[in-house]
This record gives sequence, C-alpha cells and structure tokens, in this order.
Amino acid sequence: METGGSLPRQASPPGQAAGDQVHWEGLEETPEFKELVRARWRFVAPATVFFLAYYFALPLSNGIFPSVMRTEVIGHINLAYLFALSQFIVAWLLAFFYIRQATRVFDPLADKVRQRASRGRQP
Amino acid sequence: MNITFALFLIVVAITLGITAWAARRTRTTLQFWAAGRSITGWQNGLAIAGDYMSAASFLGIAGLIAFNGYDGFMYSVGWLVAYLTVLFLIAEPMRNTGKYTMADVLSYRLSPVPVRSAAAISTVAVSASYMMAQMIGAGSLIKVLLPDLDKNLKPYFSWAVFGTQLDPSITLVGALMMIYVIVGGMVATTWVQIVKAVLLMAGAILLSLMVLLYFNFNVLAFFDKIYSVKDAATKLPFTSPGILYPYGKTTVWGVDKALVENVSLGMALILGTAGLPHILMRFFTVTNAKAARTSVAWAMGLIGSFYIMTTFLGFGAAALIGKANICAKVTEGFKCAPGLKPNTNLSMPRLADFLGTHFFGSTGGEFLLAFITAVAFATILAVVAGLTLAAASAFSHDFYVNVVRTHLFHGHVSEREQVNVARITAALVGLLSIWLAAKTGATANVAALVAGVAFVIAASANLPAILFTLFWKRFNTWGAVASLVGGTVVTIWLVAVGPGWTLPAVAHPAFPLQNVGIIAIPVGFALAIIGTLIGDLFKADRLAEVKFHEIDVRAQTGVGAEVSPVAV
Repeated sequence: METGGSLPRQASPPGQAAGDQVHWEGLEETPEFKELVRARWRFVAPATVFFLAYYFALPLSNGIFPSVMRTEVIGHINLAYLFALSQFIVAWLLAFFYIRQATRVFDPLADKVRQRASRGRQP
Repeated sequence: MNITFALFLIVVAITLGITAWAARRTRTTLQFWAAGRSITGWQNGLAIAGDYMSAASFLGIAGLIAFNGYDGFMYSVGWLVAYLTVLFLIAEPMRNTGKYTMADVLSYRLSPVPVRSAAAISTVAVSASYMMAQMIGAGSLIKVLLPDLDKNLKPYFSWAVFGTQLDPSITLVGALMMIYVIVGGMVATTWVQIVKAVLLMAGAILLSLMVLLYFNFNVLAFFDKIYSVKDAATKLPFTSPGILYPYGKTTVWGVDKALVENVSLGMALILGTAGLPHILMRFFTVTNAKAARTSVAWAMGLIGSFYIMTTFLGFGAAALIGKANICAKVTEGFKCAPGLKPNTNLSMPRLADFLGTHFFGSTGGEFLLAFITAVAFATILAVVAGLTLAAASAFSHDFYVNVVRTHLFHGHVSEREQVNVARITAALVGLLSIWLAAKTGATANVAALVAGVAFVIAASANLPAILFTLFWKRFNTWGAVASLVGGTVVTIWLVAVGPGWTLPAVAHPAFPLQNVGIIAIPVGFALAIIGTLIGDLFKADRLAEVKFHEIDVRAQTGVGAEVSPVAV
C-alpha cells in the first residue's frame, strides 16, 4: 500500500481530481449529446414503467383476486406461481433488450460525444 | 468433535486459504478499494452475485418458503427484478462518475462535508442491519454443527448488554468472523466473492437436483406433494398465496393489510438493491460503463437461476421435512429434538441432511450437511467482509479522511491511520450487529430481516440521493442530507415501533406493518424534494446546479471517467 497518485487518501473531490484533463463544457449543447440523452430515455422510461407495472401486478392480483390466482393450470401448479415465474423471464428479456439497444445505439452516440470532447482539447 | 463439524472446518479452511491468497495479491490502495479497475464484466458479474447473495438468499428465502409456502417466493422474484433498476438507472452512470464509494458520486456536485457525513450515517446503518442478519445466520449454523455449544458456554457467557441477553453461538461466531475480517485486512476482493458465488451455485444446484431426483424428476408429482402440505392457521395449501400474510383478515388504512404488506415488501425489494453501498462499490471495479452493464447481465443470470432454484430448496424442505421438524437438533426419523423450537434459517442444512441420508445413508447425510453449512458459512463470511468494507470505507474514507481530517483539522492522513480508523469502524459495526442479532433472536428469518430493514434504508435514504444527484438539475446538498439522514431515521423508527420479527409477535404495535417501505420510501423521496426546495429558498447551494451539467455529461457519456490503469 505504498503507491501514491490517485489514492482515496487525498481529499479532492473526484470531479476536480480528473477535472484538469476533461473538456465537458458545452458538450451538453451538442446535437450528439442531446440525441444520446433522448435515445436513452426513449428506451429507459417506458421500460422502467413497464417493469414496475408488471412487477406490482403480481402482489396486487394475489391480493385482489386470490381465487383467480389460485386457479390451477397444470397439475397443482397455479396461476400465482406461473405469474411469479414469468417475472424472471420478463426481467431477463428486458435486460437483454436494454443491452442490445445500448450496444447498437447508445455506445456509438457516446463515442461521438467523447470524440468531440477530445477534439475540444486540441482546438 | 463430530464428523460434520470436522468436515465443515476443512471446507471453511479451504475457502479461507483462497481468501489469504487473494489478499496477498492486493497491494495498492487502488487495488484494495477498487481492484485496480481491471475486473472484466463476467468476473464482476460473479462478484456482484457473490456480494449480493447472502445468508438472506441462501438460508432465508428457503426458510420463508419452507415455513410459509408461496409467499416466501416473493422475495426471490423481487430480488431479481431489482436488478432492472440497477441496470437501467444506476450501473453505468455510477461507473462513469464514481471513484471509490457512493459518497464520491454525491459529492461530485454537492457540498462534500455534509453529504459525506450523511452518507456515512446511512451506509453504516445499512451495513449494520444487513450484518445483523448475517450474524443470526452464522449463529444458527453453529447451533446445528455444535448443538451443545449454547449449553456449554452458558456459564461463561451470561452477559446482558443494555438489557439484552447475548446469544452465546451468535456472539462467539460473530466475534470470530469480525476478528478474521479485521486482522485479515478486510479482504472482500473480487476473487473471494467469485469463489463464494461458485460454491453457492454448486450447493444450490446439487440440492435442487437431489430434490428433483427424489420425485424422479416429475415436477407435477413434486407440486402434488407441496399441495398436500397445508398451513394450520389458514388451511391453505403451500402452493397458494396468503399464508405469510393472510388475506381478508384485517385492514390498515381501509385496505387489506396482507396486500399492503406485500406491496410494501415489493417496494423495498426492487428499490433497495440500487441503494446498497456494498453492491454500488462493485461498479467502480470494472474497466468502463460497458463492463458495468455486462456485469449486471451476468449477475442477473446467476442470481435469477439461483432464485428459481429456491422453488426446489424451499418447497422441498416443506414437502420432505415439514416446518415443525426444522430445528437445530433432530432425533431419529428427522423429528425435532424435544424442547427445541423450529428455526426458519435452518431449512437448507436440514434439507441437505435429509437428502444425504435418504440417498447415501447417515454418513452421506453428515457429509452433505457439512458441505451445505460450510457453503452457507463461506457465503456469510464473504458478505460480512463486503459489508465491513463498505461501512469502513464510508466511515474512514468518506467521513474521517475527507471530512474530519481534511476539512476540520487540516492535515495529512497516513495510510496507517486510515487503515486503523477503518479497523476500529469495522469492530464497532461488528459489535453493534452482534448485539442487534441477540436482541432479534436466532429464529427470526434472515431474509425477512434484510428486506425489512437494510433494503428499506437503502431505498429510502440512498436511492433518492443517488437518483436525484444523477438526474435532477435542481437537486442540492439540503435535499441529499434530508433524504440520507431522514430516510435512515424514519425507517429505523418505524421498524422499532412496528411489530418486528421477534416471536411472539407484538399484539398492538404503534405502527401496524412489518414492512415499512410503503411509508419510508416515499418519505425518503419527499424529504429529498422538500430539502432541495428549502435549500433553494436560501440559495444555499448554487454550485450544485452548475455542477449538474458536468455530472450529466460524464454520467451519460463516460467523458473523463477514471480509466483502468491496466488499459492506460
């Protein structure tokens, strides 16, 4: 534990620690950045609303329609258990779609912004 | 010494050997706190799974299902879905802006002294309550391995601390774990978590396969058997919702109380994960935002698979042993030894004992029991190390170094001084959690405890502060301090006056719900907003809005993010 440099020992807030090499001013106004933020929220906002709604539908329907949820579908496997199991599938699918979207859309946009940032450093 | 305990010690010794080996590889402070920022996505995914799946997952959920049937499975569902919150909103921005701890991200745009102090409070509260449950889990395991330990230690161990009689097993094993973690240098390195995650998955897969084998891989026959297990009070089969919190019995605020409890629990489960300091720290160890994202995907795969297996583990224990016979010591024929009360945290060890004996005779039972208890113990030790690291870093790095020494008493803090403060913090948090564990009692379910306290504090105190710091332009220091301190205090207060988890249940608690999230989490968010508006009135924190533009750009794009020293 004898290395110096960027140890947590020093008190400078991280913003300033790396701040001298970073050109972020004005990036917020660039079309690339605006596009990135828009693209991200276009996915994240509806996906978040959907998974919250789907998730809370489980305890709500268990409580409000108990007899429906106790309906047995295959043998003694009931609707309540299948609905619970479907939550796993939905969570995995949403994660898959998010990662696909991030790799295809968000990453290239973020790269563009970062390129502009490094151009800004050497005008 | 019995054979089970000897085998248990061997498996634990191997795990500790790996830990020691990993510790020697950790040389610099950067490696110590953030593993050199060189961990790849899948490695970190395993480590997140290792850090996340504690006694609550391995012992607690199986116990809840074994004792309450379907309702226990809600914990499994919520704790996986929680990762969508992490993936969509938290993981990448945290990696892009963070350095070592959650407070580093907050103090990016907020005033460091108050924010770091407040974050240290909420982090220590989350860690101590999380650790309390781990202490209970470890104590319960020792009661299985050495059933006479409590009786033998009683003459030397009848201390009462602040009116609470200490539990000998919990105190002894808790103290040993804390000494190990503190002397061993708080090694919660990624490799320890990876080894432990692999062990835990192996244990769960093995037991699940044996449960299925018992039913000749006929899932329908398995569910027939679960259906035949009926709850005594509600007369419901174990496949049916409504046993843990019976529907249609009582109301709170004009709504069915069971429904409110379940929704409240769900809120804590899916919002709490994104505010757990020891999980958030994991995102600072990866090379970039893309790796943070990949690691969440890996973690979700592993954690989800494990939680689906709790179907076999929990229902298996209910169907094959029955909740009345799950206790620290059993007689011939797997009946509870006379005079013992069932302990919900022992469903997994008892299931292992039963299945081993069923397939391989009594020696097989002893072997499997030893293996599963050792895996559970390794799980607990690794999580305790992770929690200790989070609490110690919040206190020593955030509070002591950055607040006390730098801003109040200007001066240089030596590496040794920082490590000593971290050790003292760890010891105090350890003692606090042992005391809380004794106060709660060894038979309280560890999953219910973690979800009921630690996750609610994380969701009501930490989550509003993190989300608003990243995404709300007007957010300021006042709002952050209000939610960090207010969320923590409100949660602890509501739990303290509520029914709690200690049996027998309190008859007329001042707050009706066990799960306080439905009140505490909205209060935490409201405090963050109100605090911000009050701060605005005083124009107290103008820097916060200016700095928002910087954090916005950094969080979204990774411009200026700390890079891996390996990649540089």
